[in-house]
Amino acid sequence: MAVVFDRPKALCDVPMHYCPGCTHGIIHRLVAEVIDEMGIEGDTIGVCPVGCSVMAYDYFGCDMIEAPHGRAPAVATGAKRAKPDSFVFTYQGDGDLAAIGTAETVHVATRGENIVVIFVNNTTYGMTGGQMAPTTLPGQITQTTPFGRDTSVQGFPIRVCEMLSTLDGTALAQRVSVDTVPHIREAKKAIRKGFENQKEKRGFSIIEVLSTCPTNWGMSPVEALDRLRAEMMPYYPLGVYKDTSVKEEK
Amino acid sequence: MERSLMKGNEALAEAALRAGCKCFFGYPITPQTEISAYLAKKMAKAGGLFLQAESEVAAINMVLGASGTGTRVMTSSSSPGISLKSEGISYIAGSDLPCVIINVQRGGPGLGGIQPSQADYWQATKGLGHGDFHVIVYAPASVQEMVDMVINAFDKADEYRMPAMILADGLLGQMMEPVTFPEIKQKNSEKTWAADGHKNKRKHNIINSLYLQPDVLENSVVERYKRYDTIQENETDAENYLCEDADIVLCAFGATARVAKSAVNQAREKGIKAGLFRPKTLWPFPVNEINEAVKNAKTVLTVEMSMGQMIDDVKLAINCSKPVEFFGRTGGIIPTPTEILAEIEKLGGAK
Repeated sequence: MAVVFDRPKALCDVPMHYCPGCTHGIIHRLVAEVIDEMGIEGDTIGVCPVGCSVMAYDYFGCDMIEAPHGRAPAVATGAKRAKPDSFVFTYQGDGDLAAIGTAETVHVATRGENIVVIFVNNTTYGMTGGQMAPTTLPGQITQTTPFGRDTSVQGFPIRVCEMLSTLDGTALAQRVSVDTVPHIREAKKAIRKGFENQKEKRGFSIIEVLSTCPTNWGMSPVEALDRLRAEMMPYYPLGVYKDTSVKEEK
Repeated sequence: MERSLMKGNEALAEAALRAGCKCFFGYPITPQTEISAYLAKKMAKAGGLFLQAESEVAAINMVLGASGTGTRVMTSSSSPGISLKSEGISYIAGSDLPCVIINVQRGGPGLGGIQPSQADYWQATKGLGHGDFHVIVYAPASVQEMVDMVINAFDKADEYRMPAMILADGLLGQMMEPVTFPEIKQKNSEKTWAADGHKNKRKHNIINSLYLQPDVLENSVVERYKRYDTIQENETDAENYLCEDADIVLCAFGATARVAKSAVNQAREKGIKAGLFRPKTLWPFPVNEINEAVKNAKTVLTVEMSMGQMIDDVKLAINCSKPVEFFGRTGGIIPTPTEILAEIEKLGGAK
């Protein structure tokens, strides 16, 4: 019988620790499918963050490095500069990338470092139990904003793709979602483009993936996807914020 | 063998190049910036990579990434910058990665000053980051030793899969001396653990310091400490100057040891039996060597550019078997031979 659906080779055959309904599994799969399709697992070095995906080193079949909190872009820079012919990607959450690691994020982009950053934005610190993240929406209730994020006290969320698209080193800044099948297909295309950019040495690529955290949002997986569409998408519009490969083709 | 007149920082940088350092990540801070400036000029020509990071924090994590791929890598900084690197150093140690870290010390705490100091002794030997770990710490006392020790540090870091530090100071970094670059035997250490792309030929390598199960974490630390035992047995190094018949043995490292040696010579001229014990490795501390050096002494005088930090290790090493006195200047002030001699005389080192 023909196999029509299988685990990507670049994902290890191990159980993942993610909560039921969490979208990390889908995003891991998309990255692994791209690695498989490009046939680059043997030349890829992944860098995982501190946060929910800290143990992604056990899930991806390529060589992996676990970075300190927020420092994945610096670790990836070291790996890429030491081994310029390898493919290097980081996989980071919103707290890791846009709070403690903001400096590393901005500078890896402005250097035009030839790496791919997979940025999983679920508006909360998942691993530590749902505290306010730099991307927590105004009014959003979290463990550390029990009365809702008050922008007069906690300030405003950061729109990462918009910010990084202003930098000359950025080749691709695209926000995608994994809430529906069409969006998942689009997300995979964006990830593929990121890895192709790396191959063509176009510079820095970031793919921001709007993601859910049913556990810490206190919702069912379906309700969480509804919230993603109703509340996150208006604040974080999907789309391509910068894509230098388009200019090249014209 | 060529002999040239070079500044400490530049000689160290040149030695790192010759030792096969392929990547350098740094951030400007006085008094070590010549290392970056030298490598910015020379690294690319030697087929390596120089990159100025956005911070000390980023620089040490770039070191982690490059070392993770099995590449010889170095970073350098001065005291406040080393504090910033300490998180990354802990991760590097916890991930069993080799690298070389230079600290050209300046006065502290806080922003302190930019003159020479040795007040990072505790930090380097006991508290370079969170968790149970050590780094090998070398203390050069001349520009020549800046060269010799950095070459050795790369080999030892590889051999034991751990960070090695050169604990220099602003005096050594900035002074010029004639230096000879030795022939380097490139040791080809195969790094089968490196995350450099498995080429579909092996299972994936993981560079990691996270162990959520306490027993697994404990085992990983215990394994590391077994290596530390070997290092303590095999890697200590020290200079013993006129200690054999000395009534008073001075104990000093780095630039301070040069001044202390002058004081010992002046004391000898006055008929005082003084000697100098100089640790060249601060961790591992040369315990057997110091016990041998002070065996006939009545008094030990530790001299440091700090309020007294190495003195703790001196007392521990000799198990407080002799009185251990202290003389030091801090804040960037270098003690003079006259001051030290006065201290020797005060302690009755004389007769």
